[in-house]
Amino acid sequence: MIKETLNARRLLCPLPVIRTQDKVKQLKAGDQLEVICTDPGVMQDIPTWCRINGHKVLETKVCDHEYSITLEVGA
Amino acid sequence: MSRQRKAVALISGGLDSMLAAKIVMEQGVHVEGINFFTGFCVEGHTHAIRENDKAKPKRNNALWVAEQLGIKLHIVDVVEEYKKVLINPKHGYGTHMNPCLDCKIFMVNKAKQWIVENDFDFIITGEVIGQRPMSQTKSKMPIVSKQSGADDLLLRPMCAKNLPATRPEIEGWVDREKLCDITGRSRKPQMAMAEKFGIDDYSQPAGGCCFLTDKYYSARLVDLWKAQGSKDYELDDVMLLKVGRHIRPEKHFKLIIAREEGEGRFLEGYKKEFTSMHCLSHTGPLALIDGITSAEDLYLAARIVARYGQGRHAEQVDIKIRDKEGSERTLQVKPLTNEEIPKEWYV
Repeated sequence: MIKETLNARRLLCPLPVIRTQDKVKQLKAGDQLEVICTDPGVMQDIPTWCRINGHKVLETKVCDHEYSITLEVGA
Repeated sequence: MSRQRKAVALISGGLDSMLAAKIVMEQGVHVEGINFFTGFCVEGHTHAIRENDKAKPKRNNALWVAEQLGIKLHIVDVVEEYKKVLINPKHGYGTHMNPCLDCKIFMVNKAKQWIVENDFDFIITGEVIGQRPMSQTKSKMPIVSKQSGADDLLLRPMCAKNLPATRPEIEGWVDREKLCDITGRSRKPQMAMAEKFGIDDYSQPAGGCCFLTDKYYSARLVDLWKAQGSKDYELDDVMLLKVGRHIRPEKHFKLIIAREEGEGRFLEGYKKEFTSMHCLSHTGPLALIDGITSAEDLYLAARIVARYGQGRHAEQVDIKIRDKEGSERTLQVKPLTNEEIPKEWYV
C-alpha cells in the first residue's frame, strides 16, 4: 500500500475531482490518496465521487481555509 | 441470451439529461455518465469563491445526478480542446458568446470517441426539440448526429418519437414505444416525469449550465480578447472573468477588485502572477492589475482601489503595491469619487 498526496489548492470544482480521478487511475486498490484543496465544494464533491466510483473516504479535515480528504482506492 | 447493452449519457446536472438516462436505464441498459469540463461550466464556481454564497449548496450537480441514478460518472477535462470550439465556431455564436451548436457537436463527438475506447454501444443526450433556439431544434439535431460522427448511435430519449429511429431502436436495444415525444420549452412534461420517477430535487439553472450564455460574462471575454488583440485564453483567464469587479481605465490594463472576502482569498492565489494592491490605512479589497503598467497607471489604479475601501471619503489613503516578484511599496492617494470613474470603464 502506498500513500500519496495531491495538491489541488486554488483549483475550483470540478477540477479537484478531475485531478483526483486522474491520480486514482494510477493507483492500486488499497492505496491511499490525500487531496488538499482550497475550494470548500470538495467536501461534498469528492466524497460523492468516491461513493459512485467505489472508493472509501477515510478522513476529512478543515484547517485555515484548506480542506483535506484522504481516500482509499477501491477495487 | 443477448448481452446487456451499454450506453453513455451526457450528464449536465440538469433534469433533462437525468431523465434521459433514467428512461434508458429502465429498459435494462447499463448506463454510465460523462460530463465535460470546458472551463465555462457554471457548476459551483462562483458559489465556491464568494463568501456571501456560503449558505447555498456547493454540490456538483452532475455528480449529484449520477449518485441519484446510481451510475458512474466520468468527468473529462476538455479545456484545451474546447478552445478551438469557442475561438472559431463553425456555426457561429448565439445571443452572447455561446457556440451552442458547435459545443454540442464537440461533446457528442467526444462521447463517440469514449464509447469506442470503452466498448459501449450508444450515446444518450437529454436534448428536447425546441428547447434551445440554437442547438435543440428539429433541423439542428441531424447536424449534431452527423457532424459529431455519432450518426445513428445518438439516442435522444426525451424526443425520440419525433425523430427518425436510431440504431438502438432499430436493433431493439431499447423499445422506441417507451421513449418520449416531448417538444418545446415547457417544463411541465419533464416535471411530471420527474414526479413519476420520484425525483423531487433537481437543478434547473435559468441560463443553462454555461457562463458563455451570460451577457456580462461574455462582455468580459470580448473585452479580454480585444485588449490582448487575439482570441485566445488560458484557464486562469476564464476563471478570473468570473470573479470580482473588472475596471479597465486604459486598453493596456484593467483592475480586478474583490467584492468580498471569499473573492479576496481567491485573488490572493494570483499574487505571484499579477501586480496586486490593497489599502493599508483602511479596510479595503484586494485588487489585481492585469496588464503592463506605467507609474502613472499604477497611481490611477491605486486611486480606483481606494474608492472601494472604507477610506473612500478620506482625503488620503495608503495603498500597498506588490509586484509579481514580491517587492512592495506604498502610495498615498486620494480616492477617486464615483463620478470620476466613467461607466465605460466597468467591464
